[in-house]
Amino acid sequence: MDAGAPLEFLNGQSVGEDAIPLLPRQRFHDAVLRECGAESRLAALVARPLRSGALRVHALLARDLPGLLAILAMDLPPGDRSYPALTPELPEAQGFERELAEQHGVDPVGHPWLKPVRAFQDHHGASAYPFFEVGGSGIHEVAVGPVHAGVIEPGHFRFQCDGERVLHLEIQLGYQHRGAEALLVRGDRLQRVVTAESIAGDSVVAHALAHCETVEALAGVEVPLRGQALRALALELERVANHLGDLGALAGDIGYLAGAAWFGRLRGDALGMSLDLTGSRYGRGFCRPGGVTLDLDAERARGLADRVARLVRELREVSDLFFGSNPVLARLEGAGTLTFEAAAGLGLVGPAARASGCDRDARRDHPAGYYRFALIPTVRLDSGDVYARAMVRRLEAQRSLAFLAETLTHLPPGELRAPVPALAPGALAVALVEGWRGETLHLLATGPAGEVALGKVVDPSFHDWPGLAMAMRGEEISNFPLCNKSFNLSYAGHDL
Amino acid sequence: MHNVLWLRLRQPTPTVDLPLAPGTLPDRFRGLPMLAPDRCPDGCRACVDCCPTGAITAPPLSLDLGRCVFCMECVRACPAEAIRFTGDHRMATRTRDDLVRGGGGIALAGALDGRMRRLFGRSLRLRAVCAGSCNGCDAELSALGNVVFDLGRFGIQFVASPRHADGIVVTGPVTRNMEAALLATYEAVPAPKIVVAVGACALSGGPFRESEEQRGGAAAALPVDLFVPGCPPHPLTILDGLLRLLGRIEDGSRPPAAGG
Repeated sequence: MDAGAPLEFLNGQSVGEDAIPLLPRQRFHDAVLRECGAESRLAALVARPLRSGALRVHALLARDLPGLLAILAMDLPPGDRSYPALTPELPEAQGFERELAEQHGVDPVGHPWLKPVRAFQDHHGASAYPFFEVGGSGIHEVAVGPVHAGVIEPGHFRFQCDGERVLHLEIQLGYQHRGAEALLVRGDRLQRVVTAESIAGDSVVAHALAHCETVEALAGVEVPLRGQALRALALELERVANHLGDLGALAGDIGYLAGAAWFGRLRGDALGMSLDLTGSRYGRGFCRPGGVTLDLDAERARGLADRVARLVRELREVSDLFFGSNPVLARLEGAGTLTFEAAAGLGLVGPAARASGCDRDARRDHPAGYYRFALIPTVRLDSGDVYARAMVRRLEAQRSLAFLAETLTHLPPGELRAPVPALAPGALAVALVEGWRGETLHLLATGPAGEVALGKVVDPSFHDWPGLAMAMRGEEISNFPLCNKSFNLSYAGHDL
Repeated sequence: MHNVLWLRLRQPTPTVDLPLAPGTLPDRFRGLPMLAPDRCPDGCRACVDCCPTGAITAPPLSLDLGRCVFCMECVRACPAEAIRFTGDHRMATRTRDDLVRGGGGIALAGALDGRMRRLFGRSLRLRAVCAGSCNGCDAELSALGNVVFDLGRFGIQFVASPRHADGIVVTGPVTRNMEAALLATYEAVPAPKIVVAVGACALSGGPFRESEEQRGGAAAALPVDLFVPGCPPHPLTILDGLLRLLGRIEDGSRPPAAGG
């Protein structure tokens, strides 16, 4: 192992900042490319200004097969924040390098196009944004958003079309930018977790859990097993509710209204179970550093287990009907296909990746908390189309329900929550949580007095939005709503 | 075909009755908080100090529902049980000030004036604008359309174009990047029109109220007619507020706290 080898650690562990290898720019670039050419993928690029005026850039790598994280860093001096860009060889770095340029004035030399990620120069949206344009006779442009038809988050979609066929789709986001990462540094301990819960309102548990795990790693706290189990129940319920909601939305989009109504009702049942477990339909106020806030007594657990059993049966009935219908299959199959090469190359995560043959799931690859003791089988399909993304959701919901049924009847005894002491100074912790949308990454770093100095969040949507754009290439523009629903990415999670 | 019919017959009738039958909402549901300031020990600031959104001030004990995210930290911190969250889902008000609660009851939203009520009372079309919400409030707005809450039965409907709308529903703290689009959408709605603000972010900035990237809620940009607190508000809380605004529910405000 040469001196420039990245520091390896586990999901949910903290490392001392001093232990992270610091490389010169060119060697940093070469090392990241070498690692990602082998068994790693880029989970995040994270930057922090140092007191000296230099900028420290960390590359966080996920080695899925051995189940390790790895980290290395470089310093960019105040006068010259340039380094050789990773993106030309490593497309999955494109968003992170644009982020570095936007937030810290970094110049990744050779990056193909450093477009804005979230910042609007004039705060008036699309006008200032440099869209890619396709030229030629018969080519026309369709602009949609930020305010769309329907109750949906804002984003701007710009289609370059040849007739009905989409040649290129560009997605401009940032409308939802609320400054969440800055608040993760500024607030007190409770404010930080409430901020984490508000990053993506349909992934409350995933973000709260990832945040709590970073705090616990920095404080050296082991959450009591019962607390870990209850967290896993909340996270899997969140997955079930959202997957069922997505199946209902897909059914609605293709005009299969019975499916829309019934999946919609089942989603409501899952949200009701979450309310019974956590006190909130979306799992708010449940995960806190050290554990959870509410217990599950035997009677409540039995009640939930009964409802899980009913949901298993009803999901099977409605799914059999939906996926057994030829008109449904005719609409889903072959629509919005994303190839394995595109999904892997862009670094997609979650159901969108697994539907295109990328077998990655942080619950299995980087288990933390209760997932160290319970294995939920992952689902991988290869066709990469809307059908695959729908079917992955159905099967994942089914397997999460099986986990819920099992765990509700075998809850470990013990405490809910452990006290959390002060955070270790000069340290950095990372947590990956497989939320329903995919890998949800939180990174927290402390300064010399143990104060929080850096909070970094990577919502799975940050990896996955380019996947939607690629899936639309060559597709009929009228299929966009269906393709968009099949990914169902978070605008708020991306915009932070 | 047979399968569809068979499954259709097996579906329950899920639509919720109004007024709500007791026990419809589960025991862990967090509804309207009730305060008992006379219980506060002298000099105690436990709830004030822990509240993540600065919703509580004391003495005298007061809670701003517009900021509250219903996290229950104050209840856990209080040594005297001076704050508790009831199972009452009815919380929407006509003014921002009505959301600031002391020991008394809450002035629930009253109806629009006669002319507006005549125009919108039995048919209200709304355009939803997400201005930086986490999508939690929007998910509950969407849930209003499902078979359980079935907003359509009251003549209320979300429409695609602001030109077809009688008003807008705003969620989120109004980010700087969405402000122009929010104002343009409001302008596009033909007068007379109403504005409904939904959720802690749209009422006060919520968890994001200290960020420079947002405006601290819808009222900073638009004249708000209905304030619906919650994080996110339960669909029934939103529905109750809308029906009160239209004069479809008139059972008045709650009496002062006595036992409530």
